[in-house]
Amino acid sequence: MSTTFDKVAEIIAETCDIPRENIKPESHAINDLEIDSLDFLDIAFAIDKAFGIKLPLEQWTQEVNDGKATTDQYFVLKNLSDRIDELIAAKGA
Amino acid sequence: MRLEYFQMLDRIVDVNIDERVIRTACTIPKADESPVFEGHFPGYPLMPGVLLIECMAQTTGWLASALVDFNNMPILAGVKEAKIRTAVLPGDALEFDGKVIHEGSGFTVSEVKGLRDGKVVCNAQITYRLLPYPNPKFRQAIRDWAGRLQYPFKEPVK
Repeated sequence: MSTTFDKVAEIIAETCDIPRENIKPESHAINDLEIDSLDFLDIAFAIDKAFGIKLPLEQWTQEVNDGKATTDQYFVLKNLSDRIDELIAAKGA
Repeated sequence: MRLEYFQMLDRIVDVNIDERVIRTACTIPKADESPVFEGHFPGYPLMPGVLLIECMAQTTGWLASALVDFNNMPILAGVKEAKIRTAVLPGDALEFDGKVIHEGSGFTVSEVKGLRDGKVVCNAQITYRLLPYPNPKFRQAIRDWAGRLQYPFKEPVK
């Protein structure tokens, strides 16, 4: 059974044409994989569709801009996968 | 519509902020009214498909502006799944229906289609990056332009 991270990695590989083997749980989408904000928007759309959720990108951006969160919390892929799992759990609650 | 000035739309027919939708309208100039048709194409004037994309981009661009109360400027950042489904000719009357499907994180994404006599002639998904206006004068110029297109400002255009 594929994990949330596996699905996210597949989406990133396909959307941004990045070799799958370069995408690791500890990869930072922006700093390591060099995904820009426009491409990340496409990734977010694909994640929303794949998992039936809606990533709160505006809220995350605001938290980072306000210094209330670090980009690591949302853009390191293992953390992003945890956020997705939380959103899936919240939807089912 | 003045193609050579990129004034693609004649009027904003309707805007519904709550439902995130807009409708605009324009009439393609006659063949002898725009030099665009001298080149596209000599003896066979056709509305360039890329300018239909611009019509769609301006349509939901106005909606994206309206959703932030004209405080930021939507800049074209992406066009996806653009389809030009049939030839559009000089003199054709078109309407464009657009809907914003994503807002926030610095981007607005819309789906928009152009119609002639109720039949879809083009459609696309369009992404805008929202940027600050370079200066208040330019912001006012954009608001004035919206006013000329009959955008329903709640207060008069200053």
